[in-house]
Amino acid sequence: MNNSTVQNLIKVKDMKKLKTHGVGHWKLQRISAIAMIPLVIWFTTSLMLALMNGYEQSIEWLQSPFNATGLILLFGTLYFHAASGLQVVIEDYVHHEGLKIVSLILIKLIATVLGVLSILCVLKIYL
Amino acid sequence: MAEFALPRHSKIVKGIDYPYKGDTKNSRKVNVYRWSPDDDENPRIDSYTIDLDDCGPMVLDALIKIKQEIDSSLTFRRSCREGICGSCSMNIDGTNTLACLKSIEDVKGEINIYPLPHMDVVKDLVPDLTKAYAQLTSVKPWLQTDTKPEKGKSRKQSPKEREQIDGLWECVLCFSCTTSCPSYWWNGDKYLGPAVLLQAYRWIADSRDENTNERLDDLEDSFKLYRCHTIMNCTKTCPKGLNPAKAIGEIKKLQLERK
Repeated sequence: MNNSTVQNLIKVKDMKKLKTHGVGHWKLQRISAIAMIPLVIWFTTSLMLALMNGYEQSIEWLQSPFNATGLILLFGTLYFHAASGLQVVIEDYVHHEGLKIVSLILIKLIATVLGVLSILCVLKIYL
Repeated sequence: MAEFALPRHSKIVKGIDYPYKGDTKNSRKVNVYRWSPDDDENPRIDSYTIDLDDCGPMVLDALIKIKQEIDSSLTFRRSCREGICGSCSMNIDGTNTLACLKSIEDVKGEINIYPLPHMDVVKDLVPDLTKAYAQLTSVKPWLQTDTKPEKGKSRKQSPKEREQIDGLWECVLCFSCTTSCPSYWWNGDKYLGPAVLLQAYRWIADSRDENTNERLDDLEDSFKLYRCHTIMNCTKTCPKGLNPAKAIGEIKKLQLERK
């Protein structure tokens, strides 16, 4: 083996294992994707119907516990899925370590804030 | 960020044109990527026009003809000329393949030949594969066992168990798939790439190997394995008609079942 092969071998072997998210992240991303199929179909059809009937009807629609539960589940899944998808994109393309860490934290923060905000809005109307 | 444009020194310029000196009705232009580490020049595309009536049927035959008759400085790897050694992998007509298995007839118009994409170039069509070989070594592509086989006998495997490694053992390690994978282009230092993952699965799927768990443990990593986003370029380009994307999918399935 020549020198550069040996050096490459050492580099590959020394590679730290990134245990933080292997199969777990992959699985959750897929589960959230599958969960969103029925949620999004339900959300678009039933909200459309409610909206077509005017403001009062829409408020009433949101005051049903089933609709409020569905909506909270949808928001939770949606922001989780968006954040984990964007995480993969950043890991793929951002190679500057500092920038990578900052953007990964920012994405999680923004998703959490938006998620909590959306759920609170639903609760405000529901309660 | 990922590099989307070539560095200035890597921009390809127009090279030398070698027209066909003679009379033929069946000529074809072959454009070949040339770069040498010995001078300080940018890579260039040289064009060789050859007589197909006086040339073998495959692209490798054309390259050998050019090297023998027109330009002996043209550098490429080759050995078996029948798709078994995996040496002559290169990018022909926009697709990674083995020059010895790619028929000239299948290429419409001029034949464009480049080295495997996104690898360092040693010279002309010879890519630097040391990193890929190191990654291959890291998955320990050999039989690992704790038990000993019956004295004087080889390890037993039923025909059904043997079938499990069909579509895997045929890989000739030409790295056409790995170098066609965008995930490998952007993260080749951490992602193992389709060729190496197919090899890893070849040993995971082998009933005689007793180290399956350790092998899977080693691959349970967000970069080594999970940079595969099922783009499927690997399967599309494989000159041996294998399916690395499926092998990677099988590894992911096993990881899921273990958790």
